[in-house]
Amino acid sequence: MPPGSPPVAAPAPDASAPSPPHQPGLLELFLAFAKMSLAGFGGVLVWARRSIVEQHRWMTAEEFNETFALCHFLPGPNIVNLSVVFGSRFRGVPGGLAAFAGLVGPPMVIATVLAALYARYGDIDVLRRTLAGVACAAVGLLFAVVFKMMMPLLKRCDVTGLVILAAVFVAIGLIRWPLQIVLLVAIPLSLAVTILTRRMVKA
Amino acid sequence: MSSESNPVAALVWTFGLMSLFAVGGANSAIPEMHRAAVDVHHWLTDKQFADVFAISQLSPGPNVLIVTLIGYSVAGVAGALAATVAMCGPTALLAYYVSRFLDRSRDARWPAIIQAALVPLSIGLMAASGLIVAQTSDQSWIAVLITIVAAALAFATRINPLWMLLAGGLLGFAGVV
Repeated sequence: MPPGSPPVAAPAPDASAPSPPHQPGLLELFLAFAKMSLAGFGGVLVWARRSIVEQHRWMTAEEFNETFALCHFLPGPNIVNLSVVFGSRFRGVPGGLAAFAGLVGPPMVIATVLAALYARYGDIDVLRRTLAGVACAAVGLLFAVVFKMMMPLLKRCDVTGLVILAAVFVAIGLIRWPLQIVLLVAIPLSLAVTILTRRMVKA
Repeated sequence: MSSESNPVAALVWTFGLMSLFAVGGANSAIPEMHRAAVDVHHWLTDKQFADVFAISQLSPGPNVLIVTLIGYSVAGVAGALAATVAMCGPTALLAYYVSRFLDRSRDARWPAIIQAALVPLSIGLMAASGLIVAQTSDQSWIAVLITIVAAALAFATRINPLWMLLAGGLLGFAGVV
């Protein structure tokens, strides 16, 4: 998909379905990321996937997986990376900045206000109980996203992928081996397996 | 009120450097943040750090906002801004250049292979952090039940997940969790 549709801003009045792969504009990027960010209690990934894949259909499930996986393995906060990569893919540097600003700006204001409130009212028990309840539901949402992201693998019957997925889960989640060591082993392994299976498919 | 020579500069330096080593996202950098903020710089006490972590998990926005909160408690609004930009800026730039590089060589085989190879790892990692978070948040069987129901609803229906968070909050408020 070439990112360069003509830059002439000709907003069709009451846009009656633009060309199928709809290209979000700067404001649209900012607002979309602000929205998913503000909805993102306990992590934005849930909302990012919902917004990008399910609502706006800016990416397919596979494209989203691959883009997110890349951002996951670059250092730094991965949703922040995703916003920059995603925004700039559609609108170059300004797009990346717009998505980034939408993602980080509004919640930063809220977090700062919360920090100030907490400094005064942090000990209120009701608040803590409520937050604990939200946390339980938030974890559930995270698991739902994990299952959704697994669907493309399941549909393809990608057994090796699923085995690697499970191995990483066990190593980090259950055995609690250090992340760096697991990645040091798992990344070359997964690369090798991917290359091998592609060769076998070709042959 | 810490009167270190320049707390804002210390924040920028600490988090700017940390972001480049935080592979696997903000949550996997939590132990390192704890070391820097509590053990090295004495910006926060242990309990304050735990509370800041809880707030960051439960306020909207990316999890990296824990850095905003640490910055705020060190040097007010300026500290919040400085810490956030330091934590996000360098890696955002890196991500931008790497993805542009991969996009340009779209037809080459390697980028596609690398990305495809990373997908199962990425999902496995997220499942693991889900489990780790669940072990701290789900302390009762009702809490576990809430998590399971929320996961099932979010997976199988198109209900807006905000309702599930709201329901969780109400149950917590009522003292059920």
